[in-house]
Order: sequence, then C-alpha cells, then structure tokens
Amino acid sequence: MKHMTRKATRHVNQNEGLIFEKSSAGKAAWKLPPLDVPEVDTAKMLGASERKDLGEMPEVSEIEIIRHFTRLSTWNYAIDLGMYPLGSCTMKYNPRVNEAVARVEGIANGHPYQPEKISQGALHIIKTLSEQLIEITGMDAITLQPAAGAHGEMTGLLMVRAYHESKGNARKKILIPDSAHGTNPATAAMVNYAVENLKSDARGMVDIAALEAQMNEDVAALMLTNPNTLGVFEQQIHKIADILHAKGGLLYMDGANMNALVGKVRPGDFGVDVMHLNLHKTFSTPHGGGGPGSGPVAIKKVLEPFLPTPTLTVKSDGTLGFDYNRPQSVGRVRAFYGNFGMFVRALAYIQANGPDGLRQTTEDAVLNANYIRKGLEGTYDLPYSTPTMHEVVFKGVRTMDIAKRLIDYGFHPYTTAFPLIVPGALMIEPTESESKEEMDLFIEAMKSIAQEVEEDPQMVLAAPHSTRVSRLDETAAARKPVLRWKPAAAPPEK
Amino acid sequence: MRYLPKSPSDREAMLKAMGLRSVDELFAPIPAEYRLSRDLKIPRQMAESEIVDFFRQRSRENGDGYTSFLGAGAYFHYRPVIIDSLISRGEFLTAYTPYQAEISQGTLQSIFEFQTMICELTGMEVANASMYDGSTAAAEGVMMAVRLTGRRSVVVARSLHPEYREVLATYAKHQGMPLSITGYSDDGRVNLKELEKSITPETACVLVQSPNFFGTIEDAAAIAEIAHKHGAMLVVSIAEAVSLGIVEPPREADVIAMEAQSFGVPLGFGGPYCGVIATREKYVRQMPGRLVGQTVDKQGKRGFVLTLATREQHIRREKATSNICTNQALVALMVNIFMTVYGKVGLKELAKQNLAKTAYAAGQFAKHGKVLFGGAPRFNEFVVQTSEDPYAINGRLLGHKMVGGLPLKKFYPELGNAALWCCTELTTRSAIDTAVGLVAESERSVRSAKEEVEEVAR
Repeated sequence: MKHMTRKATRHVNQNEGLIFEKSSAGKAAWKLPPLDVPEVDTAKMLGASERKDLGEMPEVSEIEIIRHFTRLSTWNYAIDLGMYPLGSCTMKYNPRVNEAVARVEGIANGHPYQPEKISQGALHIIKTLSEQLIEITGMDAITLQPAAGAHGEMTGLLMVRAYHESKGNARKKILIPDSAHGTNPATAAMVNYAVENLKSDARGMVDIAALEAQMNEDVAALMLTNPNTLGVFEQQIHKIADILHAKGGLLYMDGANMNALVGKVRPGDFGVDVMHLNLHKTFSTPHGGGGPGSGPVAIKKVLEPFLPTPTLTVKSDGTLGFDYNRPQSVGRVRAFYGNFGMFVRALAYIQANGPDGLRQTTEDAVLNANYIRKGLEGTYDLPYSTPTMHEVVFKGVRTMDIAKRLIDYGFHPYTTAFPLIVPGALMIEPTESESKEEMDLFIEAMKSIAQEVEEDPQMVLAAPHSTRVSRLDETAAARKPVLRWKPAAAPPEK
Repeated sequence: MRYLPKSPSDREAMLKAMGLRSVDELFAPIPAEYRLSRDLKIPRQMAESEIVDFFRQRSRENGDGYTSFLGAGAYFHYRPVIIDSLISRGEFLTAYTPYQAEISQGTLQSIFEFQTMICELTGMEVANASMYDGSTAAAEGVMMAVRLTGRRSVVVARSLHPEYREVLATYAKHQGMPLSITGYSDDGRVNLKELEKSITPETACVLVQSPNFFGTIEDAAAIAEIAHKHGAMLVVSIAEAVSLGIVEPPREADVIAMEAQSFGVPLGFGGPYCGVIATREKYVRQMPGRLVGQTVDKQGKRGFVLTLATREQHIRREKATSNICTNQALVALMVNIFMTVYGKVGLKELAKQNLAKTAYAAGQFAKHGKVLFGGAPRFNEFVVQTSEDPYAINGRLLGHKMVGGLPLKKFYPELGNAALWCCTELTTRSAIDTAVGLVAESERSVRSAKEEVEEVAR
C-alpha cells in the first residue's frame, strides 16, 4: 500500500461483546423510588395475564452500559468525523442547538392530547415551520404529518388519487423515470397505481418525446426528482408540467434533492403540484443511523381539500388549534401530528440560516459538487456531460471496491450502483458542509485509488484493510438468517 | 453563515479552479424565468441565543409544569439520563443507515441487540429494526397478514386506538382491504361472540390492541383461537410497552406491532416515536423494514449486516413488502438503552409500580365516580364515567396545573361522560388525591343540583 492517506491514521479501538454476554444476575443500572401507594398482589390483579419471566433480558450496571454503547459508537463513521458523500442522502452538518431546543422541558414533554389551550407553543412551532416551508417551496399549503420521505410520497399520491376521484376518475398509473429512487414505484404500488417507466434521454433528462407519447388520461401523475438523481436539473421542467396538465395529470416532485434549490428556485414556480420534503436531508435533522426522518408534503391549492387530518387552524379567538372536520381528506397517515421533534430542529435550522444563509448554503452545496466533478473528471468517466447541481455521478466497473477502499482513506463511501441507469454508478454529494481542504483530500484519495486499481487491483478488491472487521459475508447472512442473539445451548445433562 | 466552512477566498479559489467567474454560472441550467431574484420571505439569521430564547418561550406556552393524567398511546415515564448522553454521541447521531457495514458496526450491533430484546419481551422469534410508530406498524402488520394468507378483509377491534384505526383505514382504502369493526363487552374486552360472527372465509386477520385503548388486558389466547380456527391470523398492537414487564405477551399472535415510546422516548407532542414489528421466523420474508443479521468477515470474526434486503424498496421497487426506507433508528437506540438499563428485573419492578399506582387511583375514583370495565384486568389506564362533562372537570383541573384524563366523547360517544385516565410510576399519590378530590367535588355539586331540581319538581 504505497499511497498512504493524509486524512486518517489507524488507532486502537476497544473490543466489546453483545450486552447479553455481560449480563449476570443481581447487577442493575436502575433504582425506583419507594412506592407511595399500597403494593398490589400482581397475581390477584392479573390472574392468567401475569407475566412470570422476562427471559433473556440483560442485567448489567450503569458503567457497563456507558462503556458498551460508547465502544460501539467508536465503530461507526459519522458526519462529525468527516465527509459523508452519499449521493441523494444529503449528509450535512447537524447543528447542536437544534438538539438543545428539542430538549427544552415543555417541548420534549408535551403530550399530544394535552388541551389546545396549553399547546399553543407546539402549535406555534408547527404553524411557523409550515409557513416557512411554503415560502421556500413556493407552494400553497402543507402537511407535516408524514414520518419520512417515503411516507410523504404515499401521502402525496393519496392526495393525487383523491383529486382525480373528485373529478370522477382515479386514473390508473404513475409515470416514473428510470433514474428514480426505489421508494417511488414502491409507493405507487401501495396507493394501487400501476407503475410505468419513463426513459431518460441522452442528456440524463426526461425524454420529452417519450413523455408526450406516454401521457394520456390514464396517467394520474409523473413522479419526478428534480434535480434528478444524476444531479441534473430538468431544464424543460415547465414543458413537462404543461404536457401533464394538458391531459389532466399532476406533477409530483420528490424533494430528496431540494438542497440544490432552496433560496434559488421554487418548485411551486415551475409547475409542481405536489411534493415532499425530507427534513432529515435538506433541513439538517440528524439521520441517527437510519432515522427518524420527517416528510412534509407541500401542495397547490387544488389539492388542499384532501390534506390529511388534522390540519392546523387559527380559531376565532386568535388561538391555534386542530381542524378534524375535513370531509374530503385522505384521512390520517400517522397517529398524532407527525415527528414533531424534527419540526423543532428544522425550524431552528431555518432560523439560524435566514434567507441569505439558506441561499449561501445552496450555492456552496452546488459549488462543492462541481468542484469534485472538475477534480475527478479526468480520472473517472462521466456518463453524462450535462451540467450538474448538488451531486455528480461517475461510472466505473468496480464502484463497490473503490468505495470500500475509500474507507481506508478515512472517508465514508459515496452511493454505489445508483441511479440504476448508470452501470457501476459512483454517486457523490458532498453537501455544503465540507471545507475546501476536506474536498481536496477526497479528490486526492479518489485519484490515488484510481491508480491503485491499475497497479494493485487485488489490494483494492480486498479493501477495507483498516477497519475492525473486513468485508462481511452478506450471502451467508441472508441464506441462514441469524436475526437475534440466543444463549449458548446448555451442555447435555449427564 | 456559521455552519458553512468556507471563507470568501476559498470560494474564489474553487471557482477559479473550475474556470468560473461567479457561482451563478453553476445555476445557469435552471431556466432564468424560474430563478428567484429576491430573498425568501423568512426572518433574518438568528443568533444561537435568540433561537434558544424562541423555543424557551414556546416551551412556556406548552404545558410546562403541568401534572398530567394522559396516556392513550403516549406515556410519561422516567427517562434515565444516560439515554441522552449516549444517543448524543455524534457517531450515533450523525451516522447514516448502516449500508457500509465495515464502518457501521456500532449501529448494526445495537440494532441486533434491540431485535433480540424485542423478541424476548414479545415472545416472538424475529423483530425488525423499527417502523415509524405504533399506528403505521399496525397497518403494515395487517398488510403482512394479507400477503401471508392471500385473503383481503380485516376485522378490527373497536378497542384499538381510534387513531390507529384511522391510519389503517387510510392504508387499506386503496389496497382492496375491507375493514370491519368488532365491539367490546361490558368488561372492556373484545366481544368474542361478536368477533366469531365477524370473521368470514375472506378474513386475513384480526387486529386487536392489548392492553387495549381502555387499558384493559385482552384475552389474546381466546381471540387467537377464534381467529386461527377460521384460518385468519392474529395481529396484536401493543401501545404501552412497559406493560410487557408484568403482563404476559400475546404469544399466540402471528404478528405483534408495537409502539415502544414508553421505553425512554420523550412524549415530544406525539413524535418521533418507535414502531416495531415482531413475528414468527417463518414469516420473516414478508416483513417490512430493515433487519440486521449476524455473519462473519473474511477472517471469521463476528460482525453484523443489513440482511434480507430483497424484501425492500431499493431492490424490489414496486414489488417490495413496503415502501419504508428511513425508519426510527435513533429512537430505537433510545428504546434499546432503556431496555438495557431496566433489564430483566427492573422492567418488572417498573411495571409493578405502574400497576400499583393505577390500582390505587382506580380505587379512589371508584369511591366518587363510576370506573368502567372492572371485570377484566387492566394495566395503567382506566375509564372513569362522571355525571359532569369531563371537559368541564378538566377545565377546573387546569387551574390546579393538572391535565385530567382524555375525554372519550369524540371517539366513543356511547360511553357518555367518560374519560381515560393514566397513571405511571411518575404519578404521585398526592396528585391522584387532588384529582380525585376535584372529581368528587364535581360529582357532589351535580348531585346536589339534581336534588334541588327534584325538590322543585316535587
């Protein structure tokens, strides 16, 4: 390994077993206060419903729990450690003040059913965030209820269906470009629409002629990601909207890539009828190892009657409340009002940025992606020469191996093998959170790996070499799934 | 902008390296007529101190300092301090979904432990990495049963959380899954005779909640027997996870759809919470959501990976078991730490305290009002019927900085002036006594007003 990295150095990390392997009877990390009411006879109270045994639940002390999870944490890569260039995932800095304000007593402990009179603080947060997201997207109304992007897609398509039904024909299918996220077709299926694939043209954009040919009165909507998963802005976006609208269809925008647009252009201004946002991408709420997210859906006026219940309303006395009486609503998509804690964080992020900060953020995100594109375009193949916005997609035969080698250089890999229209895709989204130095290190690492692929392919194939585990046997994991820990079988009795 | 790590000269150097004069050139692909030529109409940049002030002010307007008797799917339990210490570590907080296993072992192992503990507590064989919440988990649990049985209709208990029922109705509407509702008996449990009648050869599953919305523990074995006899599955929703410390889990169920919020997740005005689905091993390939499995690396060392991904949307697209992608990972980590802290003995003791507080409160209320559904065991919630409208009683409780039980008129008009009260280990005897005192006062004044009217009538 000639090419050593300037970014990372190996260091010792602690071994740690499963928590169950540390358990032994009589250890405890809890203490309850003395009971101030009479004790009860549980057997008498519960009868046959009484539980006698909690099985293999652990018994450990507090210091062991702290060390256990702290040790586990050191085995993770994270944005806090460095660049996380996953395309379409928008792994940006998660501001800590967002975490602090989400934990203020009345916000963290508010019960969803407490009277509206003493919920004005939470309702004010929901209203303020709603208004600001409406302004940012250029749409007319919004629901914050969906719990994540895919949940937002479902909510959006439910509204699309309800809209068409109100016109007397629910229609049959959704057009989805071949470059789309897997959630798009999966969602269409959940809302009982057939999926029809839409081809991209040679520039990586929607093929207008194909769209014109495929568009008819059976099409309920086109689900479009813009910029698309190649990072390309659909330049004919208004033409696309016009083609749909002419035949009574709607334009759905997957807002996964909204980080390329905030403060520079508004989907509501270029013909979008319904869209979802990912607060955990564009608006900096932490990914937390896979969630929680939040997937607000913003819509044009024509779809407003179909919003999920409840909606926020200003009552006659000027106070805020919820409106449950919405006869045309698609119904409820989640209990209570959505991932409220994420609303708090997203609002704090918008407040910290203001209009100039949001615009600068978008400009930096696009600047960073193009800087990487420029830095790597001689080394890696660009499948499309079309200008790109906040992310860039290269292609290579060994995308997964190069990704694994990147780990040794101290980086999280980019997104591999997606979008599907690029064989062996390397999809890179640096976000605005990276400094010039960090990106120079990334470009240097990628160039160095390209050289290694030529000089020492076996070494790249075996990467990563610096992690506590090497490549894991995924085939075995799927063939004979071990999805939980079990105690070792007791030795046979003599 | 304080989150952006570039100086003006960095930006200039980068533009120069690209042969550009201005960043605007990078936005040229966007047709000029759509480019925004003005500032967004949102407030100016705020300092950190201003942001903190803003949310402290909102907090004061939001029930801060009130004692609450609300439950109904969102429970106020003590959260051990170390939960936030640990989940605040950037390596957990700011990591993505653990697709790159070699640098995600921390998240993966913790999910594996979470799956194990959920299995232990529910009596099921496999559990997933999380769902959005209890309501969507219940809907997805039902969809699983529909796929597994090849039947389409669903019998839903009226004692299931009313908002869970609404969510299921939304999910079911366009998937050709007709729903029918089955009622409850005088003891608050599912009416077994009615249940038996509502099941048809087309019934894919029966969906019940236990402890149910009234806090009553269902006879899951009896319900399972009826469902299974007709070839239908049993899906059980558990909204109060702490009950699992002392209440026998519905082991006869085919799918358990949980809301684990009670395990260390803040109330947070309704979210984010932590749904989870647990089931039998033989049904695992119809499960929605992510799963972590154990395997080995090239040297034979134990490690963990996301597995059975062929069920999921990024592989199967429109044929996936669900469209779920982002889940509730960090909240599942809270749940995981909570389960680890209390463990085998603590969870039981914690559940016993909930039981004792609730038994005391129900006993006190029964002296003055009518406590419904006494014929079956309950966990930490109970329904009190009063002469006066519970909204009026709650209005007076608010004056004592107390939030009374949830009035049920909206969801169960047939119960009249009824409210759902909840006590946890955090509910003090003095708070219970104060609330009971106010309800007693209301009962007395209604009674004397009634007597007056009767006297006049005489």
